[in-house]
Amino acid sequence: MRNIFLFIQRYFTFISFLVMQIICIVLLSRSSESHHTFFSTAANEVTGRINRQYSGVTQYFALRETNRLLAEENARLRNLLNESFIDTTNRMVTLADSTLKDSSRRTRKYSFLSAHVIGNTITLQNNFLTIEKGSLQGVKKGMAVASPKGIVGVVVETGPNISRIMSLLHRSSKVSAMLKKDGVAGSLEWDGEDPGYLVLRNIPKSSVIKPGDTVLTSTYSANFPPGLPIGTVSKINSDSESNFFTLRVKTAVNFYSIQYVYLIENVFYQEQFDLEQSTPNKQ
Amino acid sequence: MNLVIQHIFRFILFILIQVFVLNTIPPLHQFIVPYLYFLFILWLPIGINRVALLLIAFLFGLSLDYFTGTTGLHASPCVLIAYLRPYLLQLLLAQETAESGYKEPGHLTMGWVPYITYAGFLTFIHHTCLVLIEWLQFGDFLYFLGKVVGTTIISLLLILIAELLVPRKEASRTGK
Repeated sequence: MRNIFLFIQRYFTFISFLVMQIICIVLLSRSSESHHTFFSTAANEVTGRINRQYSGVTQYFALRETNRLLAEENARLRNLLNESFIDTTNRMVTLADSTLKDSSRRTRKYSFLSAHVIGNTITLQNNFLTIEKGSLQGVKKGMAVASPKGIVGVVVETGPNISRIMSLLHRSSKVSAMLKKDGVAGSLEWDGEDPGYLVLRNIPKSSVIKPGDTVLTSTYSANFPPGLPIGTVSKINSDSESNFFTLRVKTAVNFYSIQYVYLIENVFYQEQFDLEQSTPNKQ
Repeated sequence: MNLVIQHIFRFILFILIQVFVLNTIPPLHQFIVPYLYFLFILWLPIGINRVALLLIAFLFGLSLDYFTGTTGLHASPCVLIAYLRPYLLQLLLAQETAESGYKEPGHLTMGWVPYITYAGFLTFIHHTCLVLIEWLQFGDFLYFLGKVVGTTIISLLLILIAELLVPRKEASRTGK
């Protein structure tokens, strides 16, 4: 017994070193296996508060750009308003209806929520954004995140007032994307090289692609609404051994200066997700 | 007491600089990412208790991790360099300096050549460990090698600048 104590006393430094390293490894493996950030609520709130203070200062520098983007988006949305269209036959009265089911029997599929970005990294291999809205404001895991320019990422962790978004600049980020001109879908990833460029894989060589082609979110994605801008093709790599192109895509969003984002909830997300999970793979 | 407050102040300052300044700089290249935060561990007093050093380094790394959302990624290399630090100091320091408890490692207390060796070695170990963990998650050997070399050079430059910019007096032997 005494020997055990002596042993512990002698190697106490080394043992505590090992214990801490083991804790680190456990934390690391927990955070990467589920692709979610391991995040205790307390730490979340503290770093969130500091981030909020800091972004309160920096957001002034981007006000002009933010304003321009919002004005642009407003103009685009105004163009879609009912009041912008007149009925030339003069026979019908347009009824405004804000209920979930509108009069023409259409059901709302996506609902939007705006949020202020208070933390953002781009230099790491796994980048996250922090936003100032949480579960109390209706943020849920799996919600899609887009800025006025294009898509940004997916919500992975929610606290009461703060949430974390897995940025597109994350090694495990995967989004289904398609080419605007022919609707061929592939999978959008990040290779960790340049925060301005993403990689679009699995586009069959049958489709004709030119640099500058627009890439949009595809219709297959469970969380992203189809047709949101992602970026433009900047380089086409054709591997002679496979039947697919690997495209380098310049992001539409400037990840260095994201200030405001929209959270997009697919009302049928859970249903689609469950259904896709429960379908047997082998049949 | 003065010394403790000074180090707590540094703890906060290094985290904030790393998170809000260095991490927001647009990277020149994927291999070149500026890391300076671990200089805090390098600057802790020479005679500090080893277990305390490990604990401080662990908390320090973990608090950075909570900002970047990568739990354990920075804590692990921090603990590693904190563990190796006393051995390296023993090798590099003259007997007399090694026993003077509250001095900090720096070019004034150690001289330029031992200090650069000390900083260079620990920087290299830190980055190797950090990039190794990243590499294990998504492997590419060239990435591993290039990033270790690139980040080490940048960090050493930053350390040199910090060393020349920040005037650090030799802490008195009695001050605690």
